[in-house]
Amino acid sequence: MRECRLLTILMLFLLTVPVAAFASPADPDQPTTKPDTSSVKVGHQGVTSDYYVPNSTHPLWKGAGLPIEKASAKIGNLTGDAVKGRNHYRRYCIGCHGPLGNGEGENAQWIDPKPRDFTEGTFRCRSTPTGELPTDQDLFNTIGRGFVTTNMPSWFAINDQDKVDLIAYIKIFSAKWNNPQRAAPIQIPPETPITVESIQRGHDDFEKMQCFKCHGQQGHGDGPSASTLTNSKDQPIRPYDFSAGDRFKCGSTNADIYRDFMTGLDGSPMPSFADQLKPDEAWDLVHYLRTLMVHVDSPERKIMIENHLQFKNEDSGQ
Amino acid sequence: MQHKHSFLVALAVFALSSFVSAGDVSGTVKFDGTAPHMKPIDMAKEPVCQKEHNPPVAIQAVVPGPNNTLDNVLVYVSKGLPAGKTYPTPGQPVTFDQHGCMYNPHVTALMVNQDFHVTNSDPVAHNIHPLAKVNKEWNKSQPPGSAPIDAKFDKPEITIPIKCNIHPWMRGYLAVFDHPYFAVSDADGKFTIKGLPAGHYTITAWQESWGEQTAEIDVPASGAKTLDLTFKARPVY
Repeated sequence: MRECRLLTILMLFLLTVPVAAFASPADPDQPTTKPDTSSVKVGHQGVTSDYYVPNSTHPLWKGAGLPIEKASAKIGNLTGDAVKGRNHYRRYCIGCHGPLGNGEGENAQWIDPKPRDFTEGTFRCRSTPTGELPTDQDLFNTIGRGFVTTNMPSWFAINDQDKVDLIAYIKIFSAKWNNPQRAAPIQIPPETPITVESIQRGHDDFEKMQCFKCHGQQGHGDGPSASTLTNSKDQPIRPYDFSAGDRFKCGSTNADIYRDFMTGLDGSPMPSFADQLKPDEAWDLVHYLRTLMVHVDSPERKIMIENHLQFKNEDSGQ
Repeated sequence: MQHKHSFLVALAVFALSSFVSAGDVSGTVKFDGTAPHMKPIDMAKEPVCQKEHNPPVAIQAVVPGPNNTLDNVLVYVSKGLPAGKTYPTPGQPVTFDQHGCMYNPHVTALMVNQDFHVTNSDPVAHNIHPLAKVNKEWNKSQPPGSAPIDAKFDKPEITIPIKCNIHPWMRGYLAVFDHPYFAVSDADGKFTIKGLPAGHYTITAWQESWGEQTAEIDVPASGAKTLDLTFKARPVY
């Protein structure tokens, strides 16, 4: 009698296990239909951890910016879908940028510089003037390029459509995206010839603009103000060391360097010099900055070495 | 007869008051207690600016005036103005100078879309970096001898810290209003909010280290109103 009862329990157990396994709804590739309710399980690889939906009642949870149905992005003939972007975000970005997009993901405490806070709507790498939002193309380039010397990798493994979806999604986080007016990218005129004179004028611009205050006379990132620099969140930040390598955060071509100091890197201490430098002067400065990259072969560096160019730095303030 | 006279006088007063229906709210901002010690700023990294200040200037987190008065306090109408009313933007620019690696004025109040005119009278480069949250956060360089920068803020925002990344001690505040009823207290703690129409208002006083004080006032149909505001002194770190 007793054995019989045990057998029944065992049989019942064996019967229910496969049913329970098939009844599991986890399918990581399918977007859940009602992701905004607090009870929903959203996860990567079927993981239904609370971490991925930490507190959906938080006021920032749905973002302060565009409603998810209205957020979109466009790169060429690709159109971004923010709802799909949300899934990519939860898969690739949430660990650092956080579920609320405020840069407070679970990895953030171990990261320096800190992940971008999308709720501020402030972006480093833009083709638009200082204070303006970036273009979709700027964000697309940033995701693909990554940020050298930070924890933001180059996301070459995400396909273009998914990147555009992600760009659409991050527009839900900041109210700045609600304004439909967008600034146009700055005009970058054709590069002037790389000559000895251009490099010398560029050096004069470097002195006049007092770039050495932060970047140092040799561009090593060791100027008198370097040690006290803070970003817009009062976190310490280092100026770029031109001798450190050949990669810049916002791209490494001459036009990218031109854009860096004409638009400024918003959120960082790097200001815009658009009011101070004419296009020719800006190109001169680019040519001089190239010569500071002492480990990188460049036409500018070649001219400098061939002509034995040397610069005196009397007015350094150091 | 007597009655008739007083009636006429009352009528005249009423008629006059309907013309002079705006008053100035003026007063003094003070603090209770001892002023905290403000550390002198070490400008050794910028010798040109260091020479400008002898003895060294103190940080401006609290700037006490004579007799416990308080400088650099923003005083403004925070409630009570008719909803939806718009006010013309003043044509006059608000000037903002960088001199001796300090901001002049330290607290700047202006209206939405009013010209914010930034000059650099130092022989060193500064960058002007308003850390706006609602408005655009821009950051522009202004090397010595360069042209003034004119900017505008298109949304009300109280307050925007403004800093120079090159000189970390430089810190000021901007306040952008959608109405003209605001003032910043002077070195003697005095302020005047001009031309406030008669009515009931909440006045807020904002001090960067000690937060806010509010007061409810009734501006009478005729003439001025005096309002003194007092902050409680607290240590500043």
